[in-house]
Amino acid sequence: MAQIVGGVGTTHVPAIGGAIARHLEREPYWKPFFDGFHEIHRWLNVARPDVVVVFYNDHGLNFFLDKMPTFAVGAADEYKNADEGWGIPVAQPYPGDSALSWHIINWLVESDFDITMCQQMLVDHAFTIPLSLLWPGRDTRPVRTVPICINTVQHPLPSPDRCFRLGQAVGRAIDNYASNDRVLVIGTGGLSHQLDGERAGFINKTFDLMCMDKLVDAPQELTKLSSLEIVEQAGSQGVELLNWIAMRGALTGRVSKRHQNYHIPISNTASAVLLLENDAAEPLRKAG
Amino acid sequence: MKQTIPGTPIFDGDAARKGFALNQMCFSFNSEENRAAFLRDEDAYCRRYGLTDAQIAAVKKRSVRDMIDAGGNVYYLAKLAGIFGLNVQDIGAQQTGMSVEAFKERLQQAGR
Repeated sequence: MAQIVGGVGTTHVPAIGGAIARHLEREPYWKPFFDGFHEIHRWLNVARPDVVVVFYNDHGLNFFLDKMPTFAVGAADEYKNADEGWGIPVAQPYPGDSALSWHIINWLVESDFDITMCQQMLVDHAFTIPLSLLWPGRDTRPVRTVPICINTVQHPLPSPDRCFRLGQAVGRAIDNYASNDRVLVIGTGGLSHQLDGERAGFINKTFDLMCMDKLVDAPQELTKLSSLEIVEQAGSQGVELLNWIAMRGALTGRVSKRHQNYHIPISNTASAVLLLENDAAEPLRKAG
Repeated sequence: MKQTIPGTPIFDGDAARKGFALNQMCFSFNSEENRAAFLRDEDAYCRRYGLTDAQIAAVKKRSVRDMIDAGGNVYYLAKLAGIFGLNVQDIGAQQTGMSVEAFKERLQQAGR
């Protein structure tokens, strides 16, 4: 059976893409952020995942408001990035894993998640930047990918509890996937930030650090919040925390923290990365 | 009853319905060709997308606050702001009535 080796939560601020393109990783502004990934790179060299499942949110590249799925699962053999309008370089395509995608899709629908299935899906910076941070190099594509998009744009948003359960169902699907693949799960975005309104620039360090702690040992405490309570505590765009909560839900085994870094600010955002190792659960458990 | 969070626009159904034309225009700015067409004739481009008078006025004023009041969503508006050469610190400063330097300093302060 496939094995979930761990989970990573990471910020996906667009400006990071610009910094990578201009090789600014060692500049004083960027160094405290990029240095937070060295330990992740060391861990990835040992953990050697074959596939990554990425929980992220689209910012108006693939999905517009004409049709806005709450949860959308990619089911393609390749995912393209494209021009998002404000100048970060377009990334090379990413290999998909349509067999694993369809396995996850079948499992999710059997578990009563009414998802949207996407055989074509453009992936935006919320998908490309985390992969560039984990595996630096413009054309580096060492893993296959399964994108899972969560709506964090158009209210009403799914609840943290629902996102956690979605993650759990994805985790069980992977635990019961007949392959030898080593799977890493990523949740992208956040942490606290707000781009709009008179509260623009809002950052909440206390809340972010509490969330990073709870994500390790007590994620259920975060699922008691509503999405609007997260907006209140983490800012309108800080609600991207939902992607991290889904990632944590997918870690079905024994979880231990291997690394974290937290740095304010990157652009308007409290930037963060969290690495959780997962001692895989037993396969063939019932969905539900 | 609607929940409100001070200083925080919630992009709900009411906002999405009100802002559809404006957001749809901004969504079109994923294409270089469309960004160029907007710059060639801003009024004609806004009319083509059926923007309301309030939305057209907000775009003319380059006022992100007014655009949000007219139903704009910041993720889409960021694509329009990009055409004007404004990044998220610029639009943050604009919305809070601060200078860009003061806005950036406040972000730095949040980390201390």
